[in-house]
Amino acid sequence: MEWETVIGLEIHAQLATRSKIFSGSATAYGAPPNAQTDLIDLAYPGVLPVLNGEAVRMAVKFGLAINARVMRRSIFARKNYFYPDLPKGYQISQFELPIVCGGAVDIVLEDGSSKRIGVTRAHLEEDAGKSLHEGLAGLTGVDLNRAGTPLIEIVSEPHLRSAREAVAYLKKVHTLVRYLAICDGNMQEGSFRCDANVSVRVKRTEKFGTRAEIKNLNSFRFVEKAINFEVARQIEVLEGGGKVVQETRLYDSDRGETRSMRSKEEANDYRYFPDPDLLPLEIDQVYIDTVAGTLPELPDQKAQRFIQDYGLSAYDAGVLTASAEFADYYELVVQELTRPPLVIPAAPKLAANTVTGELSGLLNRDGVEIGESRVNALDLAGLLKRVADNTISGKIAKDVLEVMWNEGAQADAIIEARGLRQITDESAIERAIDAVMAANPGQLADYRGGKEKLFGFFVGQVMKATAGKANPARLNELLKKKLGG
Amino acid sequence: MTALHELTVAELSKALRTRTVSSVELVRALLARIEQHQQGLNAFITVLREEALAEAARADARLAAGDEGAVIGVPIAHKDIFCTRGQKTTCGSRMLANFVSPYDATVVERLRAAGVVTLGKTNMDEFAMGSSNETSYFGPVRNPWDPARVPGGSSGGSAAAVAARLAPAATATDTGGSIRQPAALCGVTGLKPTYGRVSRFGMIAFASSLDQGGLITRSAEDSALLLGMMAGFDERDSTSVQLTVPDYCATLEQPLKGLKIGLLKEFFDEGLDSESAQRIRDGLEVLREQGATLKEVSLPNLPLSVPTYYVVAPAECSSNLARFDGVRYGYRCENPRDLLDLYQRSRGEGFGAEVKRRIMTGTYVLSAGYYDAYYLKAQRVRALISADFERAFHEIDVLIGPTTPTPAFEIGAKTADPVTMYLNDIYTIGANLAGLPAISVPCGLVRGLPVGLQIIGPHFSESRLFNVAHRYQLETDWHRRAPPGFA
Repeated sequence: MEWETVIGLEIHAQLATRSKIFSGSATAYGAPPNAQTDLIDLAYPGVLPVLNGEAVRMAVKFGLAINARVMRRSIFARKNYFYPDLPKGYQISQFELPIVCGGAVDIVLEDGSSKRIGVTRAHLEEDAGKSLHEGLAGLTGVDLNRAGTPLIEIVSEPHLRSAREAVAYLKKVHTLVRYLAICDGNMQEGSFRCDANVSVRVKRTEKFGTRAEIKNLNSFRFVEKAINFEVARQIEVLEGGGKVVQETRLYDSDRGETRSMRSKEEANDYRYFPDPDLLPLEIDQVYIDTVAGTLPELPDQKAQRFIQDYGLSAYDAGVLTASAEFADYYELVVQELTRPPLVIPAAPKLAANTVTGELSGLLNRDGVEIGESRVNALDLAGLLKRVADNTISGKIAKDVLEVMWNEGAQADAIIEARGLRQITDESAIERAIDAVMAANPGQLADYRGGKEKLFGFFVGQVMKATAGKANPARLNELLKKKLGG
Repeated sequence: MTALHELTVAELSKALRTRTVSSVELVRALLARIEQHQQGLNAFITVLREEALAEAARADARLAAGDEGAVIGVPIAHKDIFCTRGQKTTCGSRMLANFVSPYDATVVERLRAAGVVTLGKTNMDEFAMGSSNETSYFGPVRNPWDPARVPGGSSGGSAAAVAARLAPAATATDTGGSIRQPAALCGVTGLKPTYGRVSRFGMIAFASSLDQGGLITRSAEDSALLLGMMAGFDERDSTSVQLTVPDYCATLEQPLKGLKIGLLKEFFDEGLDSESAQRIRDGLEVLREQGATLKEVSLPNLPLSVPTYYVVAPAECSSNLARFDGVRYGYRCENPRDLLDLYQRSRGEGFGAEVKRRIMTGTYVLSAGYYDAYYLKAQRVRALISADFERAFHEIDVLIGPTTPTPAFEIGAKTADPVTMYLNDIYTIGANLAGLPAISVPCGLVRGLPVGLQIIGPHFSESRLFNVAHRYQLETDWHRRAPPGFA
């Protein structure tokens, strides 16, 4: 039997407001437990919520960025359930009338084609606090610092067909909220997290299978692993003649598996109803237009511009625009390389290769964000200028970049200090070739006898002899001539 | 000279500013009276003796310094549903029997700033759920007109205290009649303002879309004076309205000539006690003599107000009272085994029977599968009732009818059957569902017990209500009559 995976994601993005959605408490992460709570967060008798206008503005921004309908009228509703980290006994959310309806996000698939993922809705709500079970001698502690932090919950259509697609979509939304500066995107701190609704069905059939909702996914890697695990589990159940039950499952990242948390029967009846403490949220076109005027260039628009203005491939443009900081860094490098009177025809491509290649490698290796890169854009451009003017080869440039990264020095200083200037002097290269030929008579004979593959061997030997500094183009030219006899 | 406890707020305001009496003297006299009658009436849950005297001394200093505020030094009582900083705020419940509020409700804060002195916190039905004050964890309040009878509820303590001349005025709240019904049963003036006129911040919520803070006083004039101090937009309450507060006292005496009064047909039904009905007709005659015209109007959906209310109010209360979970403040059961046990026993032991009944009713009507049939339908009927009122106000200026079907009933008479108890609010609930202002004024006695006449107006027509009630009180002296033994 051939199976098809169907996935929908519910993304929770904490909005980067300074104060909470219904109270004046600060939202900063990492304060001592309950230091950022006031009487409203603690749900004291008699207190009332007052909506934070900044949270509304951010939700509207998101709606506009995904071409959704921003609703003129939306309603806050109470989601009722008891839990110690939910002080009021209900969470203020939006149910029937959310602030954002519809919209879509385009993702690029592995084969380079793109796919449009529909967004059902995005609504405003408050986050809950946290229950702490460790270090309290069998007791449970409650930290309400997070309680009341504004969230938008972004609900996708079940348009995703693999874990990879789900991750691509999640990354795209992640990129988007950071471009919009409405969420810091910090997954470790829980600012950006998601639940995945996963089901499988027989390929080329219409009807959705029974889905399981996987909670607690707070890294891209976990999303992929959890979905893959869950898909395999469901297929195994179905192929074994069993039935998938509708339930909530928890992803255990230590064991790499999903576990049943509660079944549909055990699910809460949340008894949603409109919150009588908050009036319907009404916004007009003038407000929406004003917010629209504050939208930055969005990732798709930026990528399109990179393709057009810099002649980049769609792939490179996509990688470079994954974050606004990354794109800005790249553009700064290009700007520096094309500053008159400098003429470097391939500057955008050269910069793109280095930024997406070597620089990204170093960033990933050390787990550093582009904003904290140890080589800044101007210094990187300084290095690439030396490649462009043939002072060093591309290969040497990689080594120089590594030194720049580790020691913080500038490219020119490193090239001088380590004598890395390229050898372009033909006589010097010829001398090195002669020496290599003399030292390897066997290989020379074989080459001349038709084993042309040995050409690479000679290139390597000469490079070794010149400590990699021979100009590669010159070397190739001269070597060919000499080996040919 | 009239005894100090007999003076109205308006009279006290004059006496204090002319230094005929000091606030400290006045507070002392009232505290003594409260003490004298506390056992008999049980009108107070907390008496703030030391605090009141200190506040009175500060008020006297303000007055001595030439401060002109109209109510500086006037003592009042607060219903124990309003949070008062540093003081017990119990809401009539075991759940909050030892709860000390860390903040002042907006109403309390504004009245404090205006210079009033707080004598204490008045008794009430638990979480304002009740029409007789019998659901209070602190015991029932007795009606000063007959101690065997209820004072009405939920603001029974406030009504009894004002009727018994223990305080010239008291704050109160009204969700389905909780100001007007006890005011009627105790022979005092009770105002429920328009929904949104008075901030609900710091007023412990029962049913948020219906709750409104107001006043129990001995005259409409006093109510007008005090409402001016406590009303107005509050940025901490999103449902409070951004409208300027008019000078309610300035229009009190306008003549009533041309006033179009609507007689609510549905209110003069078979449930209305015939003698009470006669007192209402007598009252209407007084207004007619002043030039008002009467016209019978019908609000066909109004008879649905009680069942509608008993879906909407419990629904909201079931959610509003979820915060009382024994985790952060208030009652917590002994030695909970686990979280569920903590919840179940803290709430089971902390809440009384009526509160639990309403939480369960409310939970039921909001449940999956029942929401549409109950909650949603009730909201639709609520809209129809509002529309009925709106239509009526195109033709008439105010609606007049009885406040309650009968005068005060005996303690224990209706506790066995909640529905009979609920029907006591049949004439008052409509104004809450529609968010309208309404005032109850004493209009006579039946078998020695007070009867209340209710005036309902369009949204934000408090000035008009005060005007009609005040003109009525200029022509009658029912509001000046003290219960026997309390003069």
